[in-house]
Amino acid sequence: MEQLQFEYPAGAPAGRRVLVGVVGSGDLEVLVEPGSAGTTVIDVTTSVDGYGKVWDAQLARVFKAGPRAAMRIRIHDFGATPGVVGMRLAEAFEALDASADDNSKEQP
Amino acid sequence: MNHPSLLGRESFVELGARARAHALLDAGTVRELAGPFDGLVSPWLARQGVVPQADDGVIVAKGRIDGHGAVVLAIEGAFQGGSLGEVGGAKIAGALELAAQDNRRGVPTRAVILFETGGVRLQEANLGLAAIAEIHAGIVDLRRYQAVVGVIAGQVGCFGGMSIAAGLCSYLVVTREARLGLNGPAVIEQEAGVAEYDSRDRPFIWSFTGGEQRIATGLADRYVEDDSAAIRATVRALLAAGPPATHRSERYAHYLARLRSYDPARQPEPQTVRDIYADGASS
Repeated sequence: MEQLQFEYPAGAPAGRRVLVGVVGSGDLEVLVEPGSAGTTVIDVTTSVDGYGKVWDAQLARVFKAGPRAAMRIRIHDFGATPGVVGMRLAEAFEALDASADDNSKEQP
Repeated sequence: MNHPSLLGRESFVELGARARAHALLDAGTVRELAGPFDGLVSPWLARQGVVPQADDGVIVAKGRIDGHGAVVLAIEGAFQGGSLGEVGGAKIAGALELAAQDNRRGVPTRAVILFETGGVRLQEANLGLAAIAEIHAGIVDLRRYQAVVGVIAGQVGCFGGMSIAAGLCSYLVVTREARLGLNGPAVIEQEAGVAEYDSRDRPFIWSFTGGEQRIATGLADRYVEDDSAAIRATVRALLAAGPPATHRSERYAHYLARLRSYDPARQPEPQTVRDIYADGASS
């Protein structure tokens, strides 16, 4: 198990909390909470050691694509491939952008 | 089942634990207690090099079913095989205790437990065992007031100490995918040998511990299709029926007598087990 941290520039704090995914084989859990304005902090806990550079590349690709709200993101990874990581993050951002009255299953 | 009905139904087995809880509770009434953002993560997993999950694999969802107060306790089978440790176990036990307390205070609260678990989480050993004992006590307490409905949908099934919890429920709902057993197949094979119990022989395993066999032997009460609407309707009907006059677990003397009548030197077939339990299924 390895713990990694990443930071990216961001806009105003995100408006809500979102949870997607599960800490199951080949999958991951993404918890999004409002962050401090200007910065998104990502804490990754992964079951696979030695892939810091791959995480860095994958997350940089996602967060440098365009400006996003400031988030505190926690990722609990259980051996997801970069593709799955990208899809889970996209799912989380989609839920984040959904209207506040949307009573989706994944948002406690 | 024809194609349109297959395409039209929503699988329950394929849903995660949180989505299952939402599927059973009345829309718009769901409130998650001790949720993933409340910081109740397992303090034991990370220090053993295991990635934790924010809700520790247990969802406590309070709401209404058919307009009546209810709590759904859903175990996430994809996380650590649905194993129960200190936090997840305490979430279930605490919710059951609070539901019983509500009933004593004149606030009727029912409970549904969605089993998808291998039992105790080995990394948390005695703490998991203690929590499961508390869950047993919680079910026995609550079922004096309200029906406690257990659902085993699959694919993990329900094993170990939590199979005892399933046995203590007022009613048990199973699907074809469900399995219920005190010991998991791999454990039995390890102890008894592959000649007696081949854990990789899936039809063999399901023929002894699968949902169909558990219904035929009277150790489960309802057999349903893997269909969210059908499972929701079945759970509602059982909750509405209230607790049975005599719970299955109170009839242990009957089951012990049946088991004593069997010579364990002979290897049983699934049909043997059905014959032994036959008259236990109806009464």
